[in-house]
Amino acid sequence: MAKFKKKANITQDIPTASLPDIIFMLLFFFMVTTVLRESTIMVKQSIPKATQLRKLEQKKLVSYMYVGKPNDPKKFGSEPRIQANDAFIDIDGIIQFIEEEKGKLAESEKEQLTISLKVDDETKMGIVVDITQKMRDVNARKLMYAAGKKAEL
Amino acid sequence: MARTGRKSPEVNSSSMADIAFLLLIFFLVTTTIATDKGLTITLPPKADPNQPPPDITKNKRNIFTIQVNSSDRILVEEEPMEDITGLRKMVKEFVLNFGKIDQENQALYNSLPPSLKSLSQKVETSSDNPEEAVISFKADRGTSYDIYISILDELQGAYYEIYGERVGMSADDFRALDRKKPEQEEKYTRARDGFPMNISIAEPTKIGGN
Repeated sequence: MAKFKKKANITQDIPTASLPDIIFMLLFFFMVTTVLRESTIMVKQSIPKATQLRKLEQKKLVSYMYVGKPNDPKKFGSEPRIQANDAFIDIDGIIQFIEEEKGKLAESEKEQLTISLKVDDETKMGIVVDITQKMRDVNARKLMYAAGKKAEL
Repeated sequence: MARTGRKSPEVNSSSMADIAFLLLIFFLVTTTIATDKGLTITLPPKADPNQPPPDITKNKRNIFTIQVNSSDRILVEEEPMEDITGLRKMVKEFVLNFGKIDQENQALYNSLPPSLKSLSQKVETSSDNPEEAVISFKADRGTSYDIYISILDELQGAYYEIYGERVGMSADDFRALDRKKPEQEEKYTRARDGFPMNISIAEPTKIGGN
């Protein structure tokens, strides 16, 4: 066992000189990947979970609508409301909102506009159905119910 | 400028790691990884007000009905259902029933892998063939969104599992297929050939209100 003789007089410290560099690298990674929210969400959002999720490929073709109970019930009431961009809209405002979103896209892409509905799971179907009806009216037929990943049993 | 006797002119950098850690933790906590995921559906085109809705000529055996009322009770094919975990299998069996095999869909049936053939029961009272089979899903305005999504999830899951098995991959892999790549697009169309995803989401009843 002479080969494995302990070198007792060597210090056992791990060199930590490069630790800041490693941490900085991680830091830059997170700084770059972080997307700060463009709009503050003013409704309660607890997204339901599902298993059969599909990813949306092209982000620029996606518009978001948030549905849920307002976070500030004194100001906006306790009934579920629809938020698009930074403001609450009522059910007829959806048509205008979708037209505006379509206006931002090129002519050939207008058909492909996808609406991502982020609906709080305590919401009743009534308001969701109203939204889909309005979407059909303005021929925005691609819809995604946003959902989180549920662990499969 | 006598610098003799000083130990080292370097800035003490031992706390650098701590500072970086603090920033790192801040960004870790505030980062919300963008989750652009969900259940995709395509809505039917706008109903023409001048034309009356078309008469339903489908046989009842070709329609698999799911109804949910305003208190989230589920009725599947007129039978109450408490737990929806069995729904996926029922839907798969319904779609793959092949009650009437004619020349056209004999080839389709033969092309199926054995795992799907074994689900085919060929009973008179269920769907004729996958193309005819329609899943009708009707909710109420008072149904909670949570239940709605979980049922829709099961229905789509049944179809995706069938598609996946046809091209020999899992449902997850099938959903991740990128249709912009030719060889993946080919798989996608091959899997869906003859098996349209006929999920009809009916306009809800208004008993529950919103």
